[in-house]
Amino acid sequence: MWGEILDNVIEIKRLNYSVDGQDILKNINLDIPRGTYLTFQGPSGSGKSTLMRIIASMITATSGEVLFNGQHLSSYEPTLYRQKVSYAFQQPTLFGKTVRENLEFPFLVRDKEFDQSLVTKYLEMVNLDESYIDKSVNDVSGGEKQRIALLRNLIFPPEVLITDEVTTGLDADNKAIVHDLIDRFNEKRGVTVLRVTHDESEIDASSHTVTIESGEIKNV
Amino acid sequence: MSDLTVSNTTLVLAFILVILALGIGYKEKLNFNKDIIVGVIRAIIQLSIVGYILKFVIKADDIWLTLACFAIIVINAGWNAGKRGKGIPKAIPISLFAIAVDTVLTVTILVLTGSIKFIPAQIVPFTGMVASNIMVAIGLCYRNMKQTFADRHQQVLEKLALGADIKLASSDILRESIKSGVQPTVDSIKTMGLVSLPGMMSGLIFAGVDPVKAIKYQIMICFMLLGSTSLGSIIACYLAYKQFYNEQKQLNDELFS
Repeated sequence: MWGEILDNVIEIKRLNYSVDGQDILKNINLDIPRGTYLTFQGPSGSGKSTLMRIIASMITATSGEVLFNGQHLSSYEPTLYRQKVSYAFQQPTLFGKTVRENLEFPFLVRDKEFDQSLVTKYLEMVNLDESYIDKSVNDVSGGEKQRIALLRNLIFPPEVLITDEVTTGLDADNKAIVHDLIDRFNEKRGVTVLRVTHDESEIDASSHTVTIESGEIKNV
Repeated sequence: MSDLTVSNTTLVLAFILVILALGIGYKEKLNFNKDIIVGVIRAIIQLSIVGYILKFVIKADDIWLTLACFAIIVINAGWNAGKRGKGIPKAIPISLFAIAVDTVLTVTILVLTGSIKFIPAQIVPFTGMVASNIMVAIGLCYRNMKQTFADRHQQVLEKLALGADIKLASSDILRESIKSGVQPTVDSIKTMGLVSLPGMMSGLIFAGVDPVKAIKYQIMICFMLLGSTSLGSIIACYLAYKQFYNEQKQLNDELFS
């Protein structure tokens, strides 16, 4: 789809997904080049989030293939795959009692020691200071919650970041911080970003978009 | 022991208390009369049958008959605990396995340490006591686990999406479910002697045993119940939480629809 670029991080072939006989996704074929920033748009219920959840290995397609770095998704150990293809939710919950428990989680997953100086650096990227580490999860605002949740996905940068309407409900300042963070990882770290959005300004600012309607890709 | 006599007249007179409860329930429209009547009839029938069976088993003093009683108690307890886990795949085999392993272990330790003898008069009541306590504990674990998985569905999904293994994604649910199974035993032990005199100890005192000796016996039972309910809850929960996931380590959404 992008001419000469051949290094696809994700390839989707003849993918279908149905629930109780109802087709949610129909014959999806899509190549996603490494390092791209791709926006998925379309009406609510069109199947965008379902496609993202399949790519993130949160659910399994009824038929068809998803290849990651040329290998079938099912050939990867699911937890290791999800560390490389990371899914960020629209309305995330923060775990436990403190922000620390959330920022420690990616270390826990990888069986590594918590690195406070690294975490502090990441917090600064989203305009939060070190004092936030020991804050109660009940004392952070909605925008701060989303920023902290995104850091959980990015402290160990994945190869693919899937953001499912992560800016919905955020004010302009928070949106800008989230955009900056994602742009930075896309541009400087080469993280491929798959963004689902209904936000017109985000769609207008996108260089590459995919439109999904009634479970089918209408426009790339 | 000879002082402990219950005549049919005494039983009928004691039934006055039940009639009193039924009268109040009827007058106040408490809607529990049907349950009380069914409960009383079941208790009379079940206990009468069990009484005669126990009399036969104790008199026969046969190892196979004792083991058969042991198996019947364990299977019944496993089945009933499993029914509390309706909606959790393999809930019955899991509770059956947990109760069987736990009861065998507990009773074996008690026999090997000389705390009880391998005779039906001691094995059967002890097995019943151990298995029923684990049954209640596992039932509570199952109920808590189902509810917490439903309540924290989103949080579990997020942990999986961050690359957590299913054990890490369920660790707090696992912890709370095990605690919910063990908590009633811990609470009852904490208040033992202050709020209630436990059944076994009361029975021994009724039968004329020195209260200090009866207390020693009860302390041993406390250790046994605490250990067995903890172990049973741990085995059942560690096997049950995996049923909420499929082979791809995805949450089994069918369980939540």
